[in-house]
Amino acid sequence: MTMMEDAREKWAGALNEVVIGATSENGGTRSSSLTVGGQKGLPFMGYEAPEAHKPVLAMEVWDIEPTEWPPQLLAALGDAVKSPGTWAKKCVEEFGADAICLKLAGTHPDQGDAGPEAAAAAVKEVLEAVSVPLIIWGCDLDEKDNETLPAASQAAKGEKCLIGTVNEDNYKTLVASCLADEHSIIGLSPIDINIAKQVNILVSEMGFPLDRIVMYPTTGALGYGLEYTYSIQERGRSAALSGDKMMAMPVICMVGLEAWRAKEARGTAEELPELGDETTRGQYWEAATAAALLQAGSDILVMRHPGALKATKDLIDRIM
Amino acid sequence: MYIIGERINGMFTDIGDAIANKDPKPVQSMAEKQIENCASALDINVGTRVPKAERADVMKWLVESVREVTDMPLAIDNPALSTMRVGIEAAAKGGPCIINSTTGQEDKMPGFMELAKEFGAGIIGLAIDENGVAATPDAKVEIAMRIIACAMEHDIGMEDIYLDPIVLPVNCNQAAPKIVLETIQMFTMLSDPAPHVVVGLSNLGQGTQEKHLINRTFLTMAIAAGMDSSIQDPLDTEMTDAMITAELLLNKAIYSDSYLKAYRQR
Repeated sequence: MTMMEDAREKWAGALNEVVIGATSENGGTRSSSLTVGGQKGLPFMGYEAPEAHKPVLAMEVWDIEPTEWPPQLLAALGDAVKSPGTWAKKCVEEFGADAICLKLAGTHPDQGDAGPEAAAAAVKEVLEAVSVPLIIWGCDLDEKDNETLPAASQAAKGEKCLIGTVNEDNYKTLVASCLADEHSIIGLSPIDINIAKQVNILVSEMGFPLDRIVMYPTTGALGYGLEYTYSIQERGRSAALSGDKMMAMPVICMVGLEAWRAKEARGTAEELPELGDETTRGQYWEAATAAALLQAGSDILVMRHPGALKATKDLIDRIM
Repeated sequence: MYIIGERINGMFTDIGDAIANKDPKPVQSMAEKQIENCASALDINVGTRVPKAERADVMKWLVESVREVTDMPLAIDNPALSTMRVGIEAAAKGGPCIINSTTGQEDKMPGFMELAKEFGAGIIGLAIDENGVAATPDAKVEIAMRIIACAMEHDIGMEDIYLDPIVLPVNCNQAAPKIVLETIQMFTMLSDPAPHVVVGLSNLGQGTQEKHLINRTFLTMAIAAGMDSSIQDPLDTEMTDAMITAELLLNKAIYSDSYLKAYRQR
């Protein structure tokens, strides 16, 4: 009898492990911390290598009421969206989020132009309201983020948050803050693997530890370039597993943000009668986007709809 | 690429003087410099200034001096089995090691293979046999096959075998480099997984006025042909840049604007 050749891939490298959140033992106030990364094989191929850690499901919370969000999404969240603390608490206690991603949307000049003090206050409010690890996200405007994120970072000093984003042209200010305040950092690249690697190199050149960098390769939602995102993430993962240390960072995806941009998610039944019930459609769109990004190898998914979060949680429990 | 740094060799004045003065400092600082500059292993060669009778002792001293500063793989470079054993014994105490080298001579190979097996060392096999350096790709491959067979008899894994097709100075035999490139391709097809392929790169440009340019140009060609290891000078920055770029162009690394820096940060 001849034996079949073992066709399993044997990878030389592994992803970095990034820890988010500090408990009292580690100088913070979180009730637990989360570890992402550490994979030694392609996603969900347990026969190659078991998944090192469960993907983290975070929920997005804003510092201001997100009045532009579609009514079917706001209805699922309720009045809690009026205050970041209450909103975060509801996400954790009622919806089961592993972490909170606080987006400082209100610091954007078009959305209130809140200053560093307000940003710091929002961070403190969320840290007090919940005990899960915190992700802090700026308003994606370099100049404004450079003003407010250092204050947000300082307000959460020692909590080992994950803060973003930095990019190829703007990284020095936030890297310095995260170094000083012991946070991890998110490097942004516009669905471009070469720039993703470049951002990691630039950040690490400032003496920032590789095991505190998470990549945000940006994503397209289902129907909006998701395949390209998938192939970029897959290539990055296989480079990391082959030993490229500058690509061995875990990946975060803004699933809710991407999915709810799509007209298929936002559109009312009146506008899109052929697509069916609007109260369920959007969350399905978000859950389907999340499922694909999990398969691409995403480590942290930032969700918006509690139904989509639950569906994704169920999926992870079934495939892991 | 697996770079075996060539600079700890008594043929170089700084190392030759250090050996003569029994001063480990220049040897140790050269070890550290090479490691900082992308060396994956360090070659250790006592050179020819040392009288034959003293070479084993000097090898032991060189290896122990280097082992004080690094646990990186050391390639013990000597043709005599007795000196090789002394070097490997000393090197294996503090990290991995490679035998550099055995020829394919039937009366020589088994002794070196036994030593490799005993210490779990890698082994470089040269395309040289009783008739000298093989001149054609076919003749080089034939010797390589004998080396692999002998290694397998001694239960040495393919991952520990490094085949060296032998490069000669280009100003001696201008047809040889092309033959070596063809041989490299053939070596990589000898088994799956393939054995490693290594060359002593500096031989090529020896005695020429443009030795650095000649060496690095050939290096990129040999990498494209499938060579995955090279004994070279890691302090030749332009050579390392050419090597990194060759690997990039072969899609072995993801491009970024700082790809040269990224490679060096590994």
